[in-house]
Amino acid sequence: MNQTTPKSDNSLTDYFDSLMQEFDANPAPSVGKQSIELSRRSFIKLTGILGGGLVLGFSIGGKQVLANTSVDGSKFNAYVQITPEGRIIIQAKNPEIGQGVKTALPMIVAEELDAAWEEVEVVQSPIDEATYGRQVAGGSRSIPANWVVLREAGATVRAMLVAAAAAQLSVPLSELRTENSRVIHSASGRSLHYGDLAEAAALLDTPTSVNLKATGEYRLLGRRITGVDNADIVTGKPLFGIDQQHENLSYAVYQKCPAVGGRVVSANLDHIKSLKGVKDAFILEGNGKTDELMPGVAIVATSTWAAFKAKRALEIVWDESNASKDSWSAFTAQAQELASTAPARSLSRSGSIEQSMNADGNKSVEAFYTHNFVLHAPLEPQNTTALSKADGSIEIWAPTQTPGRVLTGVANTLGIAQDQITLHQTRAGGGFGRRLTNDPVCEAAAIARRVDGPVKLQWTREDDTQHDFNRVGGFHVMKGAVDKDGKMVAYSDHLISFTENGRSPVSGGNLRMTGYPEDACPNVLMGETLLPLKITCGAFRAPASNTIAWAQQSFIAELAHAAQRNQYEFLLETLSALPEPRGEMLMNKYRAIDTVKLAAEKAGWGRLMPAGRGLGIAFYYSHFGHIAEVAEVSVDENRKVTVHNVTVAADVGPIVNRSTSENLLEGAVIDGISTMMGLSIEFENGRVLQENFHQYPILRMPKTPKIAVHFIESNYHPTGLGEPGLPPLAPAVGNAIFAASGIRARTMPLSKEGFSI
Amino acid sequence: MADYTLSINGQPRVVTDIDPDTPLLWVLRDELNMVGTKFGCGVAQCGACTVHVNGNPTRSCSFPVSAVADASVTTIEGLAKDGQLHALQQAWIDHDVPQCGYCQAGQIMSAAALLEENPNPSDRDIDNAMAGNLCRCGTYQRIRLAIHDAAAKSGKRTG
Repeated sequence: MNQTTPKSDNSLTDYFDSLMQEFDANPAPSVGKQSIELSRRSFIKLTGILGGGLVLGFSIGGKQVLANTSVDGSKFNAYVQITPEGRIIIQAKNPEIGQGVKTALPMIVAEELDAAWEEVEVVQSPIDEATYGRQVAGGSRSIPANWVVLREAGATVRAMLVAAAAAQLSVPLSELRTENSRVIHSASGRSLHYGDLAEAAALLDTPTSVNLKATGEYRLLGRRITGVDNADIVTGKPLFGIDQQHENLSYAVYQKCPAVGGRVVSANLDHIKSLKGVKDAFILEGNGKTDELMPGVAIVATSTWAAFKAKRALEIVWDESNASKDSWSAFTAQAQELASTAPARSLSRSGSIEQSMNADGNKSVEAFYTHNFVLHAPLEPQNTTALSKADGSIEIWAPTQTPGRVLTGVANTLGIAQDQITLHQTRAGGGFGRRLTNDPVCEAAAIARRVDGPVKLQWTREDDTQHDFNRVGGFHVMKGAVDKDGKMVAYSDHLISFTENGRSPVSGGNLRMTGYPEDACPNVLMGETLLPLKITCGAFRAPASNTIAWAQQSFIAELAHAAQRNQYEFLLETLSALPEPRGEMLMNKYRAIDTVKLAAEKAGWGRLMPAGRGLGIAFYYSHFGHIAEVAEVSVDENRKVTVHNVTVAADVGPIVNRSTSENLLEGAVIDGISTMMGLSIEFENGRVLQENFHQYPILRMPKTPKIAVHFIESNYHPTGLGEPGLPPLAPAVGNAIFAASGIRARTMPLSKEGFSI
Repeated sequence: MADYTLSINGQPRVVTDIDPDTPLLWVLRDELNMVGTKFGCGVAQCGACTVHVNGNPTRSCSFPVSAVADASVTTIEGLAKDGQLHALQQAWIDHDVPQCGYCQAGQIMSAAALLEENPNPSDRDIDNAMAGNLCRCGTYQRIRLAIHDAAAKSGKRTG
């Protein structure tokens, strides 16, 4: 029944679609002990590396980007290096934005290698997608997309070390085992450290097949491992993009039109240039691409503060003839009118919603859900340091989720070839999807062209607030019915959303379908109506899912209430009505039901609650993760909400780093409460009305509930936890508010309906 | 423009030709290359820039360098003593508190000021002392846990 959304010409949407589809098209072997043929990929033994020993390189799809010969030691790209001195160096290939991959990905290698984790040195890899494949922090894909290849890399190195040990000790392979970075011959009590075997192993051919461990054999995976950068974080070491320091560094700011699409007519550049600490000020015309370089005024100064002060003194005349005039209040009025019409296009239809809703004995329900636009608001404001060189090349230090797209974006912006760009990955102070788009990097590159020496572009918080690629707002017109036995017989979601290109929804503004509940119901209509929009939108943590889940799981609870049924039992019944699972990487009703049951059991579903207090439950499947959440909430007579407890039950396959996994789900709960209760941006005449955190009340510690996380550690292919914990939170809390107060909240944030926290 | 001699982490630091209204944050970051103290909002709303001024937790993004005078400033770089991590820094590592980690220097500085004043804080004490520090990743539950742990482990520490 599912149909895919038509391709847009939005390059970020295309990029994201291909990211999501790339992995889906390559179903990986399931978890567990197995012998893997390595022919699909090629590991390359590298020699001549600085430090020597055994170095295992890697190329994708047999593309021999590195010869099996001597390479320049300063440029090697490899997953694993074991030096004769016993150093075990593992590269982390993907951007670290707080999702823990710089620790988790090397853990997967170390597990199959049987390396002692305390001995492992983790190094952030260079940007080289020809060698590493996609290097991206997005779609919760780092774990699922790298799970097999990283295990193979570790197992390959281990096999070579064992073979070298067998020769050295003159014993059969079968008598050797590995543990804590050593090959051990138990019978004779002899053992060799990997470092002692590195040179001999480097002389061997790489094996053509390796054995991978069964989950029960894991020693490292599933443990709580503290992040590899934590010691540097707590002592204030320079890790982040904003921390880049260079000799002779200049500091820049950039002012774009508050209404996207506006052009600079004139600016008081002479006055700005006369201010103390200002080195230069100039207009950039831009290339008209919102994710690259839009028109604006750059100021280059001797310090961040001088640049910030000069920015406040800027007076710019804008030509807004082609700029956004978007108005949230106008969109809201328009959507309310459209609520009574059919969707402009239908994505999935079966039976008849109208007949079912009007049938004798059936009870029908209609509801209109609204969700506002919100910000990503990563705590590290956007920044990039760039050094333009005399030969036309450029060197860049940037916190980004998509380093590969930095190369294409900067090449477009400057009109240079990608091989003239050197990009250094830095740790990023939060992402949430904001840093999938590299507009600040392109701006810094364009500014650097006019600056002698390195320059750091620093956005203010106000810039970040007013020039985000927002989580798109929208409206769900929900209709449904239950029959005389209380079963769901009709379900319709008409999403009124937005389009920038006139054809397809903006990023995150599509009606994503997973098969539930549309495949569990005889009468279904799923459709979209798209309103034209200029304000920029982008993927926000579990894009589309984070708002669809709210409408869907709240409305299913409304149907349960109409049927006078227990919300939990009704939810289980609708899940049970789904067809049999069609594939490992699709929603699976049995996994869904298990998480719902576990969450309910751990939260004590069904226990008596005092007046004004209630439990709510919700389930959602996204990013290959099956997650159910139960919220325990009280609501007072002034609609003040207290979230006491949240119980999370997740099936994401085997757990890689238990600490990170729990942390990400705790964080998703906080993000969910924060966003649903009080966060929104409004815009009128194309301008975002909020400026800084005093108008954007991100949740603070006193409102933090007790959060309990439980995993069903199934043997399905593992997935990442950056995103799928977020979608079920809002409906779980909304359903709990209904249980506590009898009030059904249908506007996110709930502050719009008079609720507070 | 003016010159200042600041006392930072027990050391005199001279900065020259500084605009007197420059926030202490940018003096630390741009002039002294001490980038552990973070910029988050510039309006004392997020707490990422928290340092101690005479022991008091202070939002350095909104505290002009001219107001520092002869006060003693402690930053995240100066919290460890004699190569020994502060109990809070160790607890942050033990409990794997950070996600992105960007706010954590400010969180630790606020927590350190709390423990100096109240070596055995309750949950409510912690909530009150930490309410000025945002964590966009939502690590609050772990921060609470780590503060309790550090308090327990340094219970006999003298002030």
